[in-house]
Amino acid sequence: MDDYELSRRYAGKLLLRHEILIDEPRFEHLLNAHYFTSETAIQTKWSHHECRRCGNQKPSLFGQIPCHHCGETHVYCRKCIEMGRVMACSLLYEWTSPDQPWPSHPNACTWEGELTTAQQKASDLIVRKIQGREKEILTWAVCGAGKTEILYPGISEALKLGMRVCIATPRADVVRELLPRLREAFSGVYIQGLYGGSLEKDGTAQLMIATTHQLLRFKQAFDVMIIDEVDAFPYTHDTSLPFAAARAKKETSTTIYLTATPRQEQQMRMARKKLPHVFIPRRFHGHPMPVPVFHMCYSLKKDLQKSQPPKAFFKWFHHRKTPGRQLLIFVPTINLAGNLTQKLAAILSNSTTMAVHASDHDREEKVQQFREKRFQILVTTTILERGVTFPSVDVAILDAGHTVFDEAALVQIAGRAGRSPSDPTGEVVFFHDGKTEAMREAVRSITRMNKRGGFH
Amino acid sequence: MHCLWCDADMIPELSWKTIFWLSRPTYLCPPCAEQLTILKGKRCGKCSRESDEEVCPDCRWWAADAAWDDPLVRNYAVFSYNDAMKEMIAKWKYRGDYCLGKVFEGAYQTAFKQAFSFLSREAVAVPIPLSDERMHERGFNQAKMLADFLPLKTWDILTRNHSEKQSKKTRRQRVTAANPFQLTRTVKHPVILADDIYTTGSTLRHAAFVLKEHGCPAVYALTLIRG
Ligand SMILES: [Zn+2]
Ligand SMILES: [Zn+2]
Ligand SMILES: [Zn+2]
Repeated sequence: MDDYELSRRYAGKLLLRHEILIDEPRFEHLLNAHYFTSETAIQTKWSHHECRRCGNQKPSLFGQIPCHHCGETHVYCRKCIEMGRVMACSLLYEWTSPDQPWPSHPNACTWEGELTTAQQKASDLIVRKIQGREKEILTWAVCGAGKTEILYPGISEALKLGMRVCIATPRADVVRELLPRLREAFSGVYIQGLYGGSLEKDGTAQLMIATTHQLLRFKQAFDVMIIDEVDAFPYTHDTSLPFAAARAKKETSTTIYLTATPRQEQQMRMARKKLPHVFIPRRFHGHPMPVPVFHMCYSLKKDLQKSQPPKAFFKWFHHRKTPGRQLLIFVPTINLAGNLTQKLAAILSNSTTMAVHASDHDREEKVQQFREKRFQILVTTTILERGVTFPSVDVAILDAGHTVFDEAALVQIAGRAGRSPSDPTGEVVFFHDGKTEAMREAVRSITRMNKRGGFH
Repeated sequence: MHCLWCDADMIPELSWKTIFWLSRPTYLCPPCAEQLTILKGKRCGKCSRESDEEVCPDCRWWAADAAWDDPLVRNYAVFSYNDAMKEMIAKWKYRGDYCLGKVFEGAYQTAFKQAFSFLSREAVAVPIPLSDERMHERGFNQAKMLADFLPLKTWDILTRNHSEKQSKKTRRQRVTAANPFQLTRTVKHPVILADDIYTTGSTLRHAAFVLKEHGCPAVYALTLIRG
């Protein structure tokens, strides 16, 4: 490997020794010549630990392990352990020699579709931010706005300018879904998708889609960082996405946030005009978001304890406006999903009901079958199904007041309905035993977006 | 105290139930603990697999094989190998989240008391070892951690050659393959082999064979799961 290849492979990275595929004598030499610089992976001050790879500082997410190499007991980071265990005796290596410029692609975008007016407006703004190397812009797009297409002109512009671009998302599902679409839209550009279990692992492409975890191997690598937060709940309370994204981008770089439910901190910065932003309040098919309806059920907790759907649910179910639609039911826990599915299957024997949850091995297959309308009712938990779109469903939440359903989650769940131009509406019903602030806020937020989109 | 699996903050709830309900792991929050199932129903008396028959077809196959005078008296397994268990084992053993092993301590000890109380106090726990290569990669042996949970002396007296992955071989090949284990000292007491999983039983039988060959009076096994 010559200097050019070394730089391509290692510039912008932060790696453990075994992730660097260079033999020991050569590596020794590169270290002495300051091509690489090392730092201790876990820093400890007054028995307070910080993982330099993932930013973890939470005491419960550090463990103790007798080190096989040093013969001592060490602290190790439990938070980023999926990326290989980092211990007190581990070093992180960073490329500190000048890096090589990336090529310019004059007309990279091969997508031939058309943007709606609202999409075009947001897209133009993103292009200008990238050209001006401005710090950031938030794109507040309603669920179903067609956010991916909005990015194409901006990505195209960045590639023309010889920039390196990354789309970051908390979920591997999203990487898998976006990769083929991007490869089609930029057919002449080498694009890598990085997630746990992806075939490509080296992260050497100019245009990349990566999960938060994979981003932990980068440092000052990207000129344009696109952070897809639409699917971020339940990760909104996890600090690793902002941490990883902040470190992976270059000092002078443009960050583009994509979100349907901006976080508190972002809302405040927008209100104070500290965060440039653009709205896309209309779904690409031009119809408003369905507004959730509340159904009070007094004996909800008792019913759910017996895994029994509340009476109000059946009443609603049998009088749906469009009984032919499939039904997506959200429940707060995995156990409830399983048990409730059995009850539902017994009671509603005319419909086929299945449950799917995060650690379900048949998850992708079941989701695919549901999408193909091979069965009628899918019961699931919040952990799942944000990236996933079904053409024609009604949506019900059982126990919408449960703490797992925060405002962002509720808005996302409501956003599952009415996704297709041929069936752009859908019922969204929250079954609850007491309205929560999150429920009220979710409805307010949806109504506000619809108003902004010109619907009254 | 935080749940070792989901990191939820656990408020300690002291009641007679929690004090006496020793079979439940206490390092997990209740919803996480609920996902692990302790084997309770009828099982094969030889290998602990869930079975209505006294001896399962697998174990009849072992018994029928004339080439083997089965060196393993029996195996007792604690948990069923469900999805939650698979994920926890993977994180503990392959990712190397050492302290997650504590989750199994209580149940492993309880199972020992239930199944092996007849053994004398001289009995020793012998962990199934890793090869040097594996040990170098992972940094710890999960079986050693389990052995140390038991109220017995742990004798780490087996060593293991690095060999290709077991799963790539057929059962016949696994049985007839060269024994990967060696003994560093002999043991004249009954032995309980400690390991995380009983899959085909060939690993444990290879280890048991070496022990018996060097004069060990009886070899049992206690595994976390019956795969
Ligand atoms: Zn970490
Ligand atoms: Zn837990
Ligand atoms: Zn058996």
